[in-house]
Amino acid sequence: MTKRPISEDDLQAFVDRALDAERHLEVAAFLETDDDAAKRVAAYRQHTAALRSALAPVAAEPIPSRLNLANIIEKQQLPKRRPVARMAAAAVILLAIGASGGWLLKGYNMPPTEGVAALAQEASASYSAFAPDRVRPVEVRADGSDDLKVLASATIGGEAVIPDLSKSGYRLMGGRVVPTPYGSGLMLMYDNDKGSRIVLLTRRMQVDSDRAMVPSDQHDIHGWSWAKQGLGYSLVGGINSEDLHPIADDIRSQI
Amino acid sequence: MDDLLFQVEPMIPALRRYARGLVRDKETADDIVQDCLERVVMNWSRRRDDNARSWVFAILHNLAVNRIRQDARRADLVTLETMPEATAAVDAGQDRTLFGQDVLAAIDRLPPDYRSILLLVAVEDLSYAEAATVLDVPVGTVMSRLSRAREQLKQILETSPADTKAKGPFIRRVK
Repeated sequence: MTKRPISEDDLQAFVDRALDAERHLEVAAFLETDDDAAKRVAAYRQHTAALRSALAPVAAEPIPSRLNLANIIEKQQLPKRRPVARMAAAAVILLAIGASGGWLLKGYNMPPTEGVAALAQEASASYSAFAPDRVRPVEVRADGSDDLKVLASATIGGEAVIPDLSKSGYRLMGGRVVPTPYGSGLMLMYDNDKGSRIVLLTRRMQVDSDRAMVPSDQHDIHGWSWAKQGLGYSLVGGINSEDLHPIADDIRSQI
Repeated sequence: MDDLLFQVEPMIPALRRYARGLVRDKETADDIVQDCLERVVMNWSRRRDDNARSWVFAILHNLAVNRIRQDARRADLVTLETMPEATAAVDAGQDRTLFGQDVLAAIDRLPPDYRSILLLVAVEDLSYAEAATVLDVPVGTVMSRLSRAREQLKQILETSPADTKAKGPFIRRVK
């Protein structure tokens, strides 16, 4: 059997006892023949031991209460509720402004694209703004609490349904309220294992209150939009239309 | 969330030890650990790394490095001659064995990148692959840095304390 030559990396791994048994023996045999390397390895081991014992008392100290993990978890869950209440209130006001504004404008200044086509544009805009955001893509995270449902009901009214897309491999990240020219919309964001994000925008519709699903394309953002019983839905993402369609069907079946 | 408590709570003594090894001052080190734990709690459900330990250590490491850089920028205002004395005064007040004190004083003189690799591998027992994740460098870099860190530590410990003192702390960044 030909032996692999001993490298500096082998010596380091020998110090750290990170070699497999066979290689460990080979390095040990090498050190028998090389006095300088043997002295170096012995010194490194001694320094390692000294460093470990010098820092060992730190790990044995009682943990200060400010580093109590249970408290940190609790503290982060509490203050989150207040912003949601404020946001919900803001959403109600925005919705009122949107609705009354819409009512006043009704009849003489209605842009022709208020329907699902406009909704698809709004969804693409939300996707462009928030999907690339690595810091705070969503305002309210999906954490198993009712926060998101509360936000959803406050934004679009009624008993809000938050679709579960786990069958399609997408996890709910959370949501936020987004302004649209026709009132506040609820944006939900999902991502999959590969980090691909998709966005579902929902808002009340004044025209097109029931519409079959239509595709939309804006540059490389694709989407499917539809409306049912006065609520419009638009699912958009950076993936191609054919992949997005079954997910949109999945959402439609849950609502 | 139970999973978070179950996995991260046992790491806290080691996190404190690593932070203390990097910045030495107890309050500052615990500040960094607290900051780290808050971020861990906030991002737990979103982490993509299967290895919770290297993920948590990476957060701690980045926070500590930022802190060290900030302090180094501030330290530029202080003359380098006054720095070693100040560090030595802190050491003398602590009750440690002589060699332990020497080795801690010696790693303080290492560049932060060398200090990190020694602490992660030799004290925290991270595998080379885990250390590579924490430091965000290839494993090959971990190995070469580890070798140079050990050699420099050996040189510092083998030269007389008077000589090492004159060199002052290293605050430059090493590739």
